Amino acid sequence: MAVIRVDLVELLRLTLPEIAIALAALLAITLDIVLAKRTSLQARLHVGLFLGCVGCGIAIYLAQMTPAVKLPDGMMAITPLTTLVQTALIGLTILTLLLCDSIRFTEHVGEYLGLLLFATVAMLFLVASQNLLLIFVSLEFLSLSLYMLTGFDKQRRQSSEAALKYFLFGGMSAGFLLFGISLLYGRSNSLDLRELAVAVSGHKPDAILLLAIVMVAIGFGFKVAAAPFHFWAPDAYQGAPATSAGFIASSSKVASFFTFAQVVTIGLAGAAGASGWHGFQPGWVPVLTILAALSMVVGNLTAIAQSSLRRLLAYSAVGHAGYILLGMIAHTPQSLSALIYYVITYALAALGVFGVLNSLDSKGVDRLASLAGLSRRNPGLAACMLILLLSLAGIPPLSGFFAKFYLFAAALDSGARLGLFWLVLLAILMSAVSLYYYLRVLKQVYVADAPEDAAVVRVSLLSSVAMWVIAGLVVLIGCMPNLLLGWIDRSIGILAR
Amino acid sequence: MLAWTIYLSFLGALAVLIAGNKRPQAVRTIALLTALVGLAISISAFAQHRGGDLLTLTRLRWIPQLGIEYHLAADGISLVLVLLTGIAATAGILFSWNIAYRTAEFFAFYLALIGGVYGVFLSFDLLLLFVFYEIAIIPKYFLIAIWGSSSRSAHPGHAGSLREYAAMKLALYSFAGSGLVLAGILAVWVVGGHTTSMEVLSHASLPVHFQMWAFPLVFVGFGVLAGMWPFHTWAPGGHAAAPTGASMLLAGVVMKLGAYGCLRVAMMLFPRGLDPWGFHLLGLGMISSWRDVFALLALIGIVYGASVALVQRDFKLVVGYSSVSHMGFVLLGLMTLNQIGLDGAVFQMFSHGVIAGLLFAVVGRMVYERTHTRDLNELGPLRLGRAMPFAMVVFVLAAMASIGLPGFSGFIAEFQILIGVWRSFPWMVSVAGFGILVGVAFAWRALTKAFFSGGTSSSSEHPLPPTTLPEYLGALLLLGTTIAAGLCPRLMTNLILPSLNSPLFEGLRTGAWR
Repeated sequence: MAVIRVDLVELLRLTLPEIAIALAALLAITLDIVLAKRTSLQARLHVGLFLGCVGCGIAIYLAQMTPAVKLPDGMMAITPLTTLVQTALIGLTILTLLLCDSIRFTEHVGEYLGLLLFATVAMLFLVASQNLLLIFVSLEFLSLSLYMLTGFDKQRRQSSEAALKYFLFGGMSAGFLLFGISLLYGRSNSLDLRELAVAVSGHKPDAILLLAIVMVAIGFGFKVAAAPFHFWAPDAYQGAPATSAGFIASSSKVASFFTFAQVVTIGLAGAAGASGWHGFQPGWVPVLTILAALSMVVGNLTAIAQSSLRRLLAYSAVGHAGYILLGMIAHTPQSLSALIYYVITYALAALGVFGVLNSLDSKGVDRLASLAGLSRRNPGLAACMLILLLSLAGIPPLSGFFAKFYLFAAALDSGARLGLFWLVLLAILMSAVSLYYYLRVLKQVYVADAPEDAAVVRVSLLSSVAMWVIAGLVVLIGCMPNLLLGWIDRSIGILAR
Repeated sequence: MLAWTIYLSFLGALAVLIAGNKRPQAVRTIALLTALVGLAISISAFAQHRGGDLLTLTRLRWIPQLGIEYHLAADGISLVLVLLTGIAATAGILFSWNIAYRTAEFFAFYLALIGGVYGVFLSFDLLLLFVFYEIAIIPKYFLIAIWGSSSRSAHPGHAGSLREYAAMKLALYSFAGSGLVLAGILAVWVVGGHTTSMEVLSHASLPVHFQMWAFPLVFVGFGVLAGMWPFHTWAPGGHAAAPTGASMLLAGVVMKLGAYGCLRVAMMLFPRGLDPWGFHLLGLGMISSWRDVFALLALIGIVYGASVALVQRDFKLVVGYSSVSHMGFVLLGLMTLNQIGLDGAVFQMFSHGVIAGLLFAVVGRMVYERTHTRDLNELGPLRLGRAMPFAMVVFVLAAMASIGLPGFSGFIAEFQILIGVWRSFPWMVSVAGFGILVGVAFAWRALTKAFFSGGTSSSSEHPLPPTTLPEYLGALLLLGTTIAAGLCPRLMTNLILPSLNSPLFEGLRTGAWR
């Protein structure tokens, strides 16, 4: 990786993937305005989808072409790993776009798709940056897009309410994060994560550094919906349009977790501390351990009591955030690989579940009971739901199982004497709890009888393509974890044993 | 070839789904053919195998980064249980012939469960074994929750919810148990040097203090599914609520998954976990190792299961609790740690699989689905002994096999276990013998109440539907198996004993084996 001088042409070349998507977004909005008076909503939607998918496809290609490079101050740090994460993010965006095929809640489809694409651009910048300021700016760019996506359904009050809550919580968390960043800047006189790492290594963390760590953890804790900073998630998931909620639950999770991991494992590598059973040391690891344990327990136990499907998914997402934090707590190359594997497979499954909800949305689906008898109303959709929810529960041979296995194995393997065994055991027990509420949903789908007046559910072509692709990927990556794992390990530089 | 038992079952599951609910006859035929081919393959493998060598079927690099292999293999113990799976699967399908509600889905879940069971018995990689073990959980849930019945006599008015309750309880118990197993697998992966190959791990003398806590963790994890007291409570209710074919599988092979895991994983990989602790629990001389603890739990299970079965009114619960009692013998046999006791334990897995299948077939399919009651007091007046002579004969024979009369497989199995127990825990023999006596009592009670209590009302008012061909075939298959195994036990022991003496169980023999 070469540190090069900033050159405008060079900068443009490095940001070509982002530019491609941004252009597609602008084009989608413009064309939508031009076509608004002349063509039907459906046609405009398809034009926008087409543009978005083409832009994303080109961006995937360009991302593979971008060389590994690091700009001064870590403004952009492109590594094989960031390329991988970017590719995954763009892929998830394409799938989200396909699911948007059946949205009916707005006439401003150009703006909606444009916002989705802009959020993707923000995520691409977010993962490719090792500069605290740029991370913050990208994160805010992403969040602003997400707030708007959440509130886009103007006919439903819940949508606006969700957006407002999400915005207020998000704004507050941004404040915490910024405060943390300013403290870190005070320590290192640099915004570059690598220089920060030099500044904090070597001695025990002092009070100021610990305060900064707590602030950063709070800030990112909000973004990734880790307990006790998860309160926005159920409302946002419930109120937002299904496609927006799916996007928030999938892509933005991937980007936020990856950035969170980068900040703590690169920038604060020297102040890790430890939270093993035998050796406790102050640092960010104990802080994250608290978040992880709380998230697993609160998320999974609260999800049991939910009768709204989306709130159930939100609380289960909190639980999953707890597992994912394990990957940071272990902070070894393997655990980073496991974290990325987990978060990508989780994102796929979560997006797929919201895709199913999206297909049912016109029927006003939110209560668990409204899924009753889905397996007889639309067997394909029910089969997707079965695969995705079982993957989330961690049943083999689906990808969610191997993700959990690898993550827990990597966590146990870090440090000496199985120090994290207590946390892994907690995680395993909580995933046994999670099976209960996932089965409750599946019970409605497969066991319960459909109400008399229930109509056959129809799914638009593109949506069903997207859902089958997702379900297929979940099965495929689960049966052959090597496909994704080998790619991640090569990018991180872990040699196969 | 043997590996195809797994793939065929999953392919069969797909095939019946494609055939669809609209064509039940095609679905049944496909399912039966799948099971028959699986049975044929396992019989031929069983007949060809000599000695206890480990026969590797497939060995591929699966996830090389983590040292995980796709390793299917079979030794004598696996083959015995694969044969049992083939028999139980075929018989179960014959006794599920009358499933008319969502037929394709029923057989899809059924065959997926069978595929998982075959997979567990043939896996020689820990993660692979665990994958198949968990694959078997989900179909169980749906089989019970969708097609199950509920004990209406005991809880009128809660038919649906009770069935779903039993299904959920079973799924959660299984999943919690497998969570403990997963924790053990993760730990052994770390401690054993990043491999999950059971062949490698069985020779990798793991630290004793590690084995000391990993052994009970994994043993209890698998023991949940084996119906180990006090984690057995899912079993009777689950069996009673399940549709006949599913309860035949549950008692027949799924509980064996747990017992097999106890032997194959917990005892084979962590043999030193059975060593004495070096102190006495509660100052009692008789509890000084995990071996004593689990032997005691098994003993409690034997007596408790039999005693509770003695007072049940629900016919199916009688059989359900008897399974807990008989599985206690398996666990007790495992804890004897001598050759004859272990041989008896594996033999009992096979024997109980067949006999329990038979009992559930009579109770669930032949009796309940004709009379629509399982209450022993209501069955009495129906004079089933006259109305259904075939069911009566089968149940009498099955009960004789179950209480361990010579000539049936149950005798050979429990006799060997008792000899093993006599050598290892002499005082336990009397208690286990008492358990057998109670077993005779509950079988006798159920038999007389259901079939021979002369009632006044004549059953000719509502003639019961006649016994169908699939029922005859299934009952004959199971009866033939238990008699064959009882008359010619060498068929089994010739495979089991050499396997127990193979290098895989080296640690067990040199450690606590006496």
